[in-house]
Amino acid sequence: MRSGEVHAVMGPNGSGKSTLAHVVMGRPGYHVVAGAITLDGADLLAMAPWQRAAAGLFSAMQYPTEVPGVALADMLEEALVAVGRGGGDVAARMRTEAERIGFDERFLARPLNVDLSGGEKKRNETLQLGVLQPSIAILDEVDSGLDIDALRLVARRVEAETEERGLGVLAITHYRRLLTELRPDQVHVLSKGRIVASGGSELADQLETTGYAGYAETDGAEPEGEGPGVATAP
Amino acid sequence: MWRYSRIPELDLADYLPFVDELPTDDGVPAGLAPVVARLGRCSATVMVVNGQVVHVEVDETATAAGVQVGRLTELDPEGSMLASVTGEATNAFGLLHDAFLAEAVLVRVPRGVVVADPVAVLHWTDADHSATFPHLMVEAGENSEVAVYDHGASPDVDALVFPVVELHAGPAARLRYVNAQMLGPRVWQLGRQVSRVERDAAFSTAMVALGADYGRLEVESVLAGKGSSGEMLAVYFGEQDQMHDFRSLQDHVAPRTTSNLLFKGAVQGRSRSVYTGMIHIAKAAAGVDAFQTNRNIKLSQGAWAESVPNLEIENNDVRCSHASAVGPVDEDQRYYLESRGVPPAAAERLIVLGFFEEVLDRLAVPAAVPALRAEIAAKLARRELDLEAGVDAGVNAGVEGDVGAEEVGAGA
Repeated sequence: MRSGEVHAVMGPNGSGKSTLAHVVMGRPGYHVVAGAITLDGADLLAMAPWQRAAAGLFSAMQYPTEVPGVALADMLEEALVAVGRGGGDVAARMRTEAERIGFDERFLARPLNVDLSGGEKKRNETLQLGVLQPSIAILDEVDSGLDIDALRLVARRVEAETEERGLGVLAITHYRRLLTELRPDQVHVLSKGRIVASGGSELADQLETTGYAGYAETDGAEPEGEGPGVATAP
Repeated sequence: MWRYSRIPELDLADYLPFVDELPTDDGVPAGLAPVVARLGRCSATVMVVNGQVVHVEVDETATAAGVQVGRLTELDPEGSMLASVTGEATNAFGLLHDAFLAEAVLVRVPRGVVVADPVAVLHWTDADHSATFPHLMVEAGENSEVAVYDHGASPDVDALVFPVVELHAGPAARLRYVNAQMLGPRVWQLGRQVSRVERDAAFSTAMVALGADYGRLEVESVLAGKGSSGEMLAVYFGEQDQMHDFRSLQDHVAPRTTSNLLFKGAVQGRSRSVYTGMIHIAKAAAGVDAFQTNRNIKLSQGAWAESVPNLEIENNDVRCSHASAVGPVDEDQRYYLESRGVPPAAAERLIVLGFFEEVLDRLAVPAAVPALRAEIAAKLARRELDLEAGVDAGVNAGVEGDVGAEEVGAGA
């Protein structure tokens, strides 16, 4: 993936889309058996998750974790301090970002993801992306739980990041709707842990009518020996 | 009662009961001045130094309303009130307390009076090798309301403190009590707190134990009157070789009573903690709701936390549950923070502070909370320094998980 590019990853349930997101971010419990993941030449697999984030990676989670008692502002401040960008007015930046995506300001004071609806959690993830300003973002079904208006605002916010700052995006989604706002440069179809097709946005259009049936056939037998390695092309 | 405790280490011969000719009122002891400043407006303030009452002030409004705060011997010359809630001493330390008690403090709120600002009872212990025996009695009259803040602190002395607290919530009274234990790192505390809650009264007790070498407190709440409720909260956090030891009893004597206990602890370094709790529901106590939750975070390999909940139910028309857990910082929570770029030690600091916030947020004396929160943060900051220096191995794996959770329910 290059800066400024949007890559969409689509695929049936259980095809490994979220696993891909987890592995790239470094979630505990996954063991990478083959392949490499680098960011601007740096070996992400050798880094702890927080170091990957510090290197410029961001992963908006499909199911953001509730963290009772911890304020969003405190977490963001710690994250910015770790990369030498602390001391700014985090609260003001949070408010600006909240306004851009229609996230109610009163939610900013709540403990992380506690008592937020599914859609509010997704807006909260997007808000964090805006404050942290990563260079590569993985969005794992950021559209699920969002109503049509919210989806448009979130997609436009991310699209603006790609245009203004050259943010590279890997967007995991089931729906073409996200991709009408967040225009993908490439669409990839994932099946059983492997990319089985790549193409332009027309691929997403085609999937909308044909579904994944055709791709399941091309999937063939389980890979032998080495498991589904995770890698990004240089 | 003494299982897991450090009682075998105690040598009473190392300590002498503190004796002073005549305590003089030197105003606010230096160590308590910041506490007084933070609390701001109080309806009454009592200073107790080495177990002796040295200073009492009550504001005009409270005095005019008939609120009495001061030495028990002056307010209750016959001494009929002493031990009216605790009853007879239950063990040798209770007997010691009764024998050497210098002066009890009484807070008495008349029927129907709402005390606007907290009553502060501030204890300072600075006599080396002393044993002191502070005693606090709070008597909240029918339909009265009061919040009491009890602060125990000391410099780094070798001392033994035997505090006893008696809390009596009269019918329909709202009595809220907060205790901060900020004793020095060599002090031992062997304390007992007993409350008696009468008909329709709402009682709350909260303990924040951050200090002492060994800080033990027995907390018993007797729900004596129909429709009464009791909330019991605690935060405790040990570091280095500290040990905090809590024994609780929720004693439901009357029908339609409610109790809700939430104790949250953390241990780091080589520190230890014990929580053992009992819910007792008497045969006559139908329609009771009783809940008991104890959660502990273990922040280092060398630390140790024990949690032992118990139920004793003699009536089957009750709703009752207890849950307890000892484990490291929640892995999903830590991963969430780390995935945003928060380094592990900072992530754990935020999560532990957040863990305690559920209790701190509910304390009846909000003005006392920022300093308590700051002390917890300071302990966590010391841990981060230790981690950086490689002194202390964190617990990143080896989830011990829930010790147990159980729900018991029966009846209509």
